[in-house]
Parts: sequence; C-alpha cells; structure tokens
Amino acid sequence: MTQTPSYIAWTRDQMAARIANDIEDGAVVNIGIGMPELVANHLSPNKEILLHSENGILGMGPRPAADAVDPDLINAGKQPVTLLDGGAFFDHSLSFAMMRGGHLDIAILGAFQVAENGDIANWSTGKPGAIPAVGGAMDLAVGARQVFVMMEHLTKDGQSKLVHRCSYPLTGLGCVTRVYTDLAVLDVTADGFAVRELCQGMSLEMLAALSGLTLAAA
Amino acid sequence: MLSKVRTSALDALADVRDGATIMVGGFGNAGMPMELVDALIQQGAKDLTIVSNNAGNGTTGLAALLAAGRVRKVICSFPRQTDSFVFDELYRAGKVELELVPQGNLVERIRAAGAGIGGFFTPTGYGTPLAEGKETRVIDGKGYVLEYPIHADVALIKGRLADRWGNMVFRKTARNFGPIMASAAKVSVAQVEEIVELGTLDPETVVLPGIFVSRVVAVGKSARAAA
Repeated sequence: MTQTPSYIAWTRDQMAARIANDIEDGAVVNIGIGMPELVANHLSPNKEILLHSENGILGMGPRPAADAVDPDLINAGKQPVTLLDGGAFFDHSLSFAMMRGGHLDIAILGAFQVAENGDIANWSTGKPGAIPAVGGAMDLAVGARQVFVMMEHLTKDGQSKLVHRCSYPLTGLGCVTRVYTDLAVLDVTADGFAVRELCQGMSLEMLAALSGLTLAAA
Repeated sequence: MLSKVRTSALDALADVRDGATIMVGGFGNAGMPMELVDALIQQGAKDLTIVSNNAGNGTTGLAALLAAGRVRKVICSFPRQTDSFVFDELYRAGKVELELVPQGNLVERIRAAGAGIGGFFTPTGYGTPLAEGKETRVIDGKGYVLEYPIHADVALIKGRLADRWGNMVFRKTARNFGPIMASAAKVSVAQVEEIVELGTLDPETVVLPGIFVSRVVAVGKSARAAA
C-alpha cells in the first residue's frame, strides 16, 4: 500500500472555499465546531451571510484583536468573537427555536460517518471510557433546512467515512443534504450519493471503490 | 416594600438543602455565576443534582463544586471539554452520575418546567441512542421523542443589571440559559454587576421580568473580568 495515489486530494482550505462558494447571498448559516470553522475564512465579502451561534448570536463577526477580547462574547466553541452591525443576542430557548424550527438555511457539520440514506454520526464513537457529549449537534441535524457535512473522505486507516449505514451512534436520521470531502462533493439523494465534483485525477469508479459504495454522477 | 435584594451571596443561599436540584446558568464561563457557585461551596449543601450546559471548566466554579464532592448527578449537554478534567476524573471513577441531554432539549425541558408544560414532542434525538427507552410518536410523517420538564429547587444565574423588583438585563452571550432557568426553579437567585433604582431599566428592553427572580445580589464588575 505504498503506491502513490494518482489523484490530488483537496486541502482543508480548498474544501472550505468550495463550501463558502456554494452559500448564497443572504443565507443564515450555523458553522459547527472543528473543521467547518475554516469556512468562515472563505466567505466572500461580496455576499451578506448571517452567521448563527447556538449560544445566542445572529450576525456573528470574526475573532477580535487580542486587546478587544470580551469573555461575555464567545461562540459555540467558546472562542472570542465579535458582533456585526445589525447582529442580535438572545437566550438559548430562542436560539434553539431558530435551529430546531427550520429557520436556518444551512448547518455545516463535521462528522465521523455519513450514510447514503442521509444519516449522520458525529457526536460519539461509542468508545468505552470516553466522556459522551452532544451539545447542539442533534438540534442542527434535524432542524436546518440543509445540512452540509465537511470531513475527510477516509479515516487514517483508509476506511470510508461515507457508508451504507452508520456504525457509530447516530446524531440524526436522513438529514444530510450534501457532503464535502477532500476527494469529492456529493449530494445525498433518494437513491444514495450522487457525485457533483471530483478532485483532480479522481474518477467516479475510483471513488466508488475507495468508498465501497455505488455512486451515481449528479 | 418589595425588595429581592440580598446583602451577600451566602445570605441568598442560606436555605439550600442537601439533595437539592440546582440549575446553574452559563455556557462555558460566559454567564457562569461564579460568586454564587463559590457561595454554594461555602454554604455546604451536598448530594446535589446540577443542571447546566457544561460540567465545569478548569478548577473554579462548577469544577470546584464537583471537586469538593458535593455533586451526585450532572444533567448537561456537553461535559467533554479540554479543561473539564475534574468532571472527567469523577465520571470515570463512577463518583458522579451523568444524564446527557441534547442542548436544545435541555433548554426546552427547562423552559417547559417554567411555562407549566407537562411534556413535549421534539424531533431532536429521534432514532438516536439518546432517545432509547423514551416514548416516540410520528406526527405528519416525522419522528418525535417525548421529553419531560426539568424542575429545580434553586437556579443560580448571572446578569448585568437588576432592580429591587428583580427585573433584569444581561450582557451579550452571557444571557444564554439565565432567563430560562430563572423561570424553572422554586427559588431563583441572580448575581448582577449592579442594582439600579426602579424605573432605570427601560421596560421595553427588560429581558427577564422580576416575577421569575427571587433574590438578587450585587457582586460588582470583577465578576466579568474574572470570567
């Protein structure tokens, strides 16, 4: 298995740029903790995209300068952020009504696995001794109008994170609409994954073999 | 005269009993009522059930309460953090019980308690391990889980300003669970930076009406800087 792959996988920044490019002007978006945080760096200044944070922000701005950090103004990852002009603060009940009630256009989540029926597993690997924690992931999964997943296509051991059915504990059922990996962009359809875009040097057949799945062209 | 003002945090918590269920506001350290939690440690009540989003950060606040061995059970959504080593150790040693609740269900269960709702059907968690053993229903083709309210004996919250009737305003993302938790407890205790005269707070922008606040303690602005 030392053979050099014939394809060139996208970098995380390239993945983030693809996602940012697909977000429409005026969209309300929740960016999850972890890899999706990179998407914020690639949002076009020519679009007005409203960022929601589960802890009570709509219109969240970038990280402040070190001397302007306010411990009362943090994001879901508990990192310091700012508020844009026009932004608003609200309590947790209202924030989760926005999430669960279908008011967010897009949630961008990291994941351990996404299944071809749209199921997502991203909160627990079920490992014994691990401290279970779920936060707002399940609310975003069921509530956002579109759920985008950003993740590596393969685990470190070369196992596909796109699967027929999730083996890890589920976060939400049938909710993922699109997956951005370092190898491809795929839509979740009624017939399974449909490939929208492939990284350089990748073929549909090669991706299907790596994924262990039947893949259609979008 | 109606005055909910107490002279000290310890005075405001004098009647907390062993075995009480206590809601603690805050998301991480934003909105965490540190002075009230410190007073609770000093007050001595034990065998507590804590309802809070996280399970303590570092070695202060909730983490210190946990370290003091005063907590029997934690109901929260996200106990696993890089600096939650106190909880981690107690949990792994089987010394504290955990009820893990998805964050939106956590706040809605608290809201339901405050609003007099006996239970509600939520899509969050449906079909996942966190809904195992719970009643479910399919409504208009979508699956829902029956969740019950979480009531508390005491809520500890942090705001920016209050008047003596308990009307309150908050600061930025430190609001989070505060106003909701205040509605769900028999006794809700608020720490604020400053207590202002009646009529000072703009009635159009009062976030938490005083009816939900039992006791108010001014702790000054040091609380914010220390967060």
